[in-house]
Formats: sequence, C-alpha cells, structure tokens
Amino acid sequence: MNGPLRKVAMAVMFLVAALLANATYVQVIKADDLRTDPRNSRVLIDEYSRQRGQISASGQVLAVSVPTDSRYKYLRTYPATPEQPMSPLAYAPVTGFYSMQYGSTGLERSEDAVLNGSDSRLFGRRFFDLVSGRDPRGGNVVSTIDPMMQQVAYDELTAKGYTGAVVAIEPSTGKILAMVSTPSYDPNRLSGHDGAATSAAWDELNADPDKPMLNRAVSQTYPPGSTFKVVVTAAALANGVSPEDRFTAASNITLPDTTTTLENYAGSTCGSEPTATLREAFARSCNTAFVEMGINTGREALAAQAEALGIGEDMSIPLSVAESTIGPIPDGAALGQSSIGQRDVALTPLENAVIAATVANGGVRMKPYLVEQLQSPDLSVLAETVPESAGQAIAPEVAATLTDLMIGAENFAGGAGKIPGVQIASKTGTAEHGSDPRNTPPHTWYIAFAPAQQPTVAVAVIVEDGGDRALAATGGSVAAPIGRAVISAGLQGG
Amino acid sequence: MSVSHVAGAFPSPPGGFAPAPLQSTRRNTELLLILAAIGITLVSLMLVEASQEQALTWDLAKYGLTYAALFLVAHLAVRRFATYADPLLLPIVALLNGLGLVLIHRLDLADAENARFMGNPIPSPDANQQVLWTALAIAGFVAVLVLLHDYRLLARYSYTLGLIGLVALAIPALLPSSLSEVNGAKIWIRLPGFSIQPGEFSKILLIIFFASVLVAKRDLFTTAGKHFLGMDFPRARDLGPILAAWILSIGVMVFEKDLGTSLLLFTTVLVMLYIATERVGWLLIGFGLLAVGFFFAYQMFGHVRVRVQTWLDPFADYANTGYQISQSLFGMATGGVGGTGLGSGRPAQVPFAKTDFIVAAIGEELGLIGLAAILLLFLVLIVRGLRTALAVRDSFGKLLAAGLSFTLAIQLFVVVGGVTKLIPLTGLTTPFVSYGGSSLLANYLLLALLMKISHSAREPVLPRKKPAPPIADAQTEMMGRE
Repeated sequence: MNGPLRKVAMAVMFLVAALLANATYVQVIKADDLRTDPRNSRVLIDEYSRQRGQISASGQVLAVSVPTDSRYKYLRTYPATPEQPMSPLAYAPVTGFYSMQYGSTGLERSEDAVLNGSDSRLFGRRFFDLVSGRDPRGGNVVSTIDPMMQQVAYDELTAKGYTGAVVAIEPSTGKILAMVSTPSYDPNRLSGHDGAATSAAWDELNADPDKPMLNRAVSQTYPPGSTFKVVVTAAALANGVSPEDRFTAASNITLPDTTTTLENYAGSTCGSEPTATLREAFARSCNTAFVEMGINTGREALAAQAEALGIGEDMSIPLSVAESTIGPIPDGAALGQSSIGQRDVALTPLENAVIAATVANGGVRMKPYLVEQLQSPDLSVLAETVPESAGQAIAPEVAATLTDLMIGAENFAGGAGKIPGVQIASKTGTAEHGSDPRNTPPHTWYIAFAPAQQPTVAVAVIVEDGGDRALAATGGSVAAPIGRAVISAGLQGG
Repeated sequence: MSVSHVAGAFPSPPGGFAPAPLQSTRRNTELLLILAAIGITLVSLMLVEASQEQALTWDLAKYGLTYAALFLVAHLAVRRFATYADPLLLPIVALLNGLGLVLIHRLDLADAENARFMGNPIPSPDANQQVLWTALAIAGFVAVLVLLHDYRLLARYSYTLGLIGLVALAIPALLPSSLSEVNGAKIWIRLPGFSIQPGEFSKILLIIFFASVLVAKRDLFTTAGKHFLGMDFPRARDLGPILAAWILSIGVMVFEKDLGTSLLLFTTVLVMLYIATERVGWLLIGFGLLAVGFFFAYQMFGHVRVRVQTWLDPFADYANTGYQISQSLFGMATGGVGGTGLGSGRPAQVPFAKTDFIVAAIGEELGLIGLAAILLLFLVLIVRGLRTALAVRDSFGKLLAAGLSFTLAIQLFVVVGGVTKLIPLTGLTTPFVSYGGSSLLANYLLLALLMKISHSAREPVLPRKKPAPPIADAQTEMMGRE
C-alpha cells in the first residue's frame, strides 16, 4: 500500500500547489482590476477617512466633504445656498450622490479617481502627503454648469410639478450649462453616516414611481416628435430641397404599402392651399408634408444625417449617456412615421440639445462636456477640458437655412416667455407615446438657440405626459416657456 | 529549534515519507510548538483589538486564556494517552484553531459595528460560542484518546459504525425542510437551541467502515479482471463498494443539495480503494463515475447549473448568485500580497465570512502570505497524516489514516478552491478554522484517531518499562536546553 500512499501524498501537494497558484492569480495578477472594480465597496469605505475633493460650478460649491467627529472622519455634503434651499436637488443630476452603502453616481462616480485622490495626476502630491504624514486629500472638479441657468431650469420645471428635463449647451464649445431632471432627490439623504436613515431614504427613493434618482437628461430616451423635423429637414436640404419647395398640405396621408393614415396635429390642413412650402410646413409643423419629404429623402440620407449629429454614438460627458437611436426603419411606412419623430426614434434630452447646438454652431457639432477643470487640492490646475469638434455634421449653408426656418417656427409658435429684443430659433414637439397614444398625454418638447444670429445658448426641454395640460398639451404651450426662461437666464448671465 | 539534535540524530531518508526510527516521544517539541501557536494567537488577538477597538479589552483575556488553557489540557492528554504521536499534528491544529478564533472575534467586532451603524441591537459574539465548541471538541478529543485503547478495535464494529454513519447522513434528507434546511442545503438536524450537521460525523464513521471492509475483502478487489491499456481493471462483480459510495454521494447531492460532502465522500472512498488495491484502474472507473454523476447533476438540477455558471462568471449575476464569490474575490484582491493587516480590512463584506468564506477573510487581512501560510500548515498536517499511514504496520491503520488525512485534503481543496474561484463553489467549512460546532468536534475526533494511529506507529515494538512521569521529564529537558 505504500506506493499508492506516496502517490496520494504527491497528489495532495499538487492540489495545494494549485490552490497557491490560483490565490496568486487572484491576489497579485488580477488584484488591481478587482480592487478598483466600482462594485468593490471596500475602497469606498476606506475613502471615507480621507478628505474628498469638491465639486463646484462658477465658484458655487456643489459637493464638499466636511470634517465630523464620527468614526468616518468626513461627511459628504451637498450644501444649499441661502437663497436656494432646494439647490442640492437642482444639482443632483450633475453631482450624483456618494454613499457608503450604495456606491456613487454622477460626477461623484465618473470623476471619482480625482475626487478621492487616487488619480495618477495627483501622484506627486499624494507622495508628498505620505512623506509629510498628512492624510492624502482628493482633487477638485469644476463643472461647466451655469448656476443661474441650472436654478432657473429647476425652478421652472418644479413650479408646476413637471416630470422632465432641461439641457443647455454653449454651441461654440459644447459646454453643458444646465442639466436638470425632475422630480429630483436630495443627495444628502444618501451620503449620511446614519445607516438606518440612509437605507430608509434609499428604499423610499427607489420605491417612488416618479423615479427621482433617474437622470432624465442623459439616461432616458424619448420619442422626439416634431423636434426631429430639424434632422429630417437638414437631410432634405442637403439633398437639394429648398425652403420654397412645395409638399402636400392635406390633413392626412396614407403611409406607403399600408392603409394606415397619419394626420396633422388636431386633423387640420397645412394652410389654405392644397400644397404648402417647406418653410410654412416647418413653421406650422405639418406632419403630412414631412412624411412626404422624409420618404422622398430616403432612409439612407436620413440615417447618415442622424449619425453625423451623434445619434447612435456612445457619448460620455463623462457621465455615461444613454444611446439615442432612429430605430431600424424597415419599410416606407416606418420611414414616414420616423420622419415626424415617432415610431422607434428615441433621443435623450442631451442629444436633442446637441442637435440644436449644432445648427446654432453653423453645423459643426461640438462634443458636450460637463467638466471644465480638474484641480489639485491646492487649487492648481491639473487638467482643463479643451472643446472638441465631432465634425461638420451639417453644411454651413444648410445650417443657415435651418436657422431661418427655426426662426419662422419660433415666431409662429405660441406660449409664454418670449424675450423682448432677442430672436430665438426653435422647434417645438408634441410626441405621442404609450400603448394608447390618442388618450395618453403627449411628451412636449422644445429645442432652441439664441440669439439666432450669434447663438450663445442652445437648450432642449422635455416635459413628460403633457405637464399640467394633459391631452391638450403642446410643445409650444408647455415646454417652450421653460426653454425661453432658461435662455433668458443664460443671456443675462453671459 | 531547541530539539534539532533529535532530528539530526535520525535524519529522514530521501523521499521523506519513510518512518524514522524514533525512540523519543518528542512531546517537548509538541509543547514548544503549542506555546508558539498560543503566542501567535495572542499577538493576533492583540492586533485585532488594537486596530478595531483602539484599546485592549477583556475579550483578549477571555478568549486568549481559555484558548491557551484548552490546548495545554489537550497536550497533557496526548502526553499521557498518545505518548508517541506525531508532535506536529496538535500544534498545527492549535494554530489553525487559534487563527480561526481570532478571525471570528474580528468579524464579531465588524458585526457589532455594523449593527451600531444600522441602529440594530448588537448581536451576541460568535467567538464566545466558538470557544465553547472548541472546549467541547477538545473534550471529545481527550475522550477518544482516553477511551480508545487501540484503534484496531474500531474494525470490529465497522458495520455498526458504517450503519450509524449512513443513517446519520440520511436523517436530514428525511426530515422536513423546516428542521433540516439552512441556506438551501438540507444537511442539518435542527433542535430547539441546538443544531448539528450529522454529515461531519458520518464522514469519519464511513471512512472507518470502508477501511475495515477494504482490508477484509482486499484480496477480492485485487483479483484482476480485464487487462486493458496496460492496467488491470477489476471484475464487474467487485464494483460493489465503489458503486455504493457513488450512490451514497449522488443521494447526498440530490436529497441534501450538498455538493461538497458528496464530492468529499466519493473521492475519499475512491482514494482508499486505490491505496488498498494499488490498482490505477479503480481511479479511472471512479473518475468516470464522477464525471457521469456530475454530467447528469448538471443536466437535471438547477442549483448545480447555477453553481457552475457562477463559477464561470461570478460578475454576470453580481447582485444575486455571484455576490458572495465576487465579494470574496474583491476582498482577497484588496488584501493583495501583504494583506490589509488584522482588523484593518473589510472581511465582513463577504456573506458567511465566519463559516464557508473564512478563507476570504484570511486572504483579505493576512494577504497572500497569510493564506499561503495557512495552506502550508494544512499541507504539513495532511502529509504528516499520510506519513503516519506509511509508518503504521497494520493495513487497517494504514487505510484509516490515509482516508482521514485525504478527506482533510479534499475538504481543503474544495473549500479554498471554491472561495478563490478555482472550482465551482460548494458549501463546506474550513477544518479547524471555520465557525461551527459540528465541524470542529468532528475534525477533533478525526485528529484524535489520527494521533492514536500515529502513536501506535511510533511506539517502540518491544514493551518497555513504564516511562518516567512525562511532565517531570519535560521540565528537566527544558531547563537543560535553555
């Protein structure tokens, strides 16, 4: 029996050697990946004993770590300004939250390496802190947000209890000036050191049917409705259509190869004549004319234009952005419906703001960004975001024509909040959705930029489910006043 | 080492397994090593206290002194009743048990802190319970040493013991789930205020049974059947024991959902069969049966498939089935080579850190170095056990010692391999380290048997005069060397 016993002993040694080799793989070779995995909350918990950097916007502090007496040395706080007690909620989509139990979101998550001090650009200072025996501190993040616009956008959306989002962009750079989502939440409730209170808040926020922690500006896509006519028109104009070309003015149109008809808003005709010019159809937002024009333009041209505008692109601002899409468009009927921004077309409010900003910027699409500057703990600049172009998405002359058409649309559109002395270029949208679109209050949209000839602000506004006007809601009556207020705030500040 | 001259006087032959002719009892070596184990445990407890509580508390005295006293008692019992037993076995187990206690205490502190954070009542410390169980286990250990004069007596009752083992193994499967199921595995007998895992004890009883049967019928199994591929395969009619073990294992897997014990029982019997017969053919047949068993288990049982998928990619279903193993990997990776230091990591993040996943806590706080040290301690323990099997003169003793040692080896492999994602996870405890009374008591009984066998293996053949009182002997030797 001794021969097999020796072999069994060898086998046991082999088994233990295999365990050691595998432990080495986990603890040495794969260790860095696993250690820095965002789901590994150990690192997060360790960080609580270090002073995390600030997040700010134009000098206003949005997030700061305050020393406390508890075992965790610092409390992450999202301070309210004296004039604006609700400001932590207004900024929540930008800052996100930073929780011991539930990880982090927003800039807290995407700029975590700088804020917690582990970023390699902070290495020198970290080393110095180590040598000098001082607790290492994190770097600061300066966001591109314009506090005035952000607050106005939040106040406008919440004044009537709307569920929706506002995104404002500086067309020439891609700077995100405002990013608001309502209803919102107070990130202070999740960053506290009282675990019971934090988990109660977490459960309550997650159970809320209005999803207050959803950042609608970048994480949710909506049918763009008539605002998508900007994209369709850009494709048509590039294909040689002119604003004076005439299209059907009928109140309804039968989709190709089907018996389905598609009608204008409220079943009206497009003016009094049998045909209408593109200019008039754009201003009145006549669906039938755009179905005809979209089908004439063709699927390929439309898809190419959408792609040039960034639809379907993986964006990171550096928050990750849900992918916008025009859908598969399998046939002519689908192309007709897609031409008025319905069917499978779905855009994030951010993407729709990018479309407005691209038209405003003479057709050059600037990549949107939310971080202006990264600073070391002593406020010296570590990195500054340089505006980056994603290419000429629309030819300059087409962009100029589109601007012209959008001025027409703005002047035709109703709604409150027009700013005396400032010409806005815009497009409204009233998008059907749900399984029973006729009886579901529509999503209302407004995309715009101003001043029309030297634009400094582009916005996209969405108010879900008709806001306070239910089935009668339109982009002009519900979303447009909010957009104009945000533009007004931007023009005053700038 | 102060006893190096003893080892030097009897160098091991090349290969290292052949028994050296020993006349010394080497009990002083054991005492010295146990004192070292106690020292390491006490220092570790202090480190935990220092980094967690920022002060030394009465827990230190409570756990440290009880632990030290228990192992000194165990040592004295060995001196008296297993005088010639291998001197490394008890100190290694003492160190493993001590470190287990340290980690359980450390996790208690984490649980208390978590309870304070969540505003819940602070749970009663599990380390208290573990100390009580250790006391019970050592009592069992001493009882076996005292009462079992000669382990060969066990062979006489092998059928009875085997039957008891079988019944004990089957009870949880027959009981309603409310009395036998904890966390999905039906392996418990739950009585009010008292629960045991009979499988831990069945393991030992079944090893005794198989050792005895294999010795008694050894000639039968070595009768050559077909000669094929250069190996002798057994005759079909002699497949009885292995098929019995196979059916037993499948039964455990199907009715008790306990993959670990199933694998443990089958491979142990298989290896014993191989040692008894010296025929590789048995191994091939055995691994074939194992493969067939697991193939059908994978096809038929959802919980087996989930285990395999979780093993292949624990992060695919991170929030549910993959959570535990992911947390274990995060913990060990965060520990890295040197570990976070005792009391400075976050081992409580891993569910079941005190029982099945205590190895993850070791990997996190003591690092790769600590984990490797624990594995090497186990390796020495197991190889020493196998060496006992080599040294002992009777076949029953050989098979019993080999079976008991190998079952430790396979349990170690299955649990550590599972926690470190080398193999799919199966629920087993780490012997001597994990929290749990059944596991501790059963493994101490196993150790007592092994030490009894080791004692007879090393005991001089010729009857000698009664040795001088051993304790007095120890003292004079110690004084002389210092």
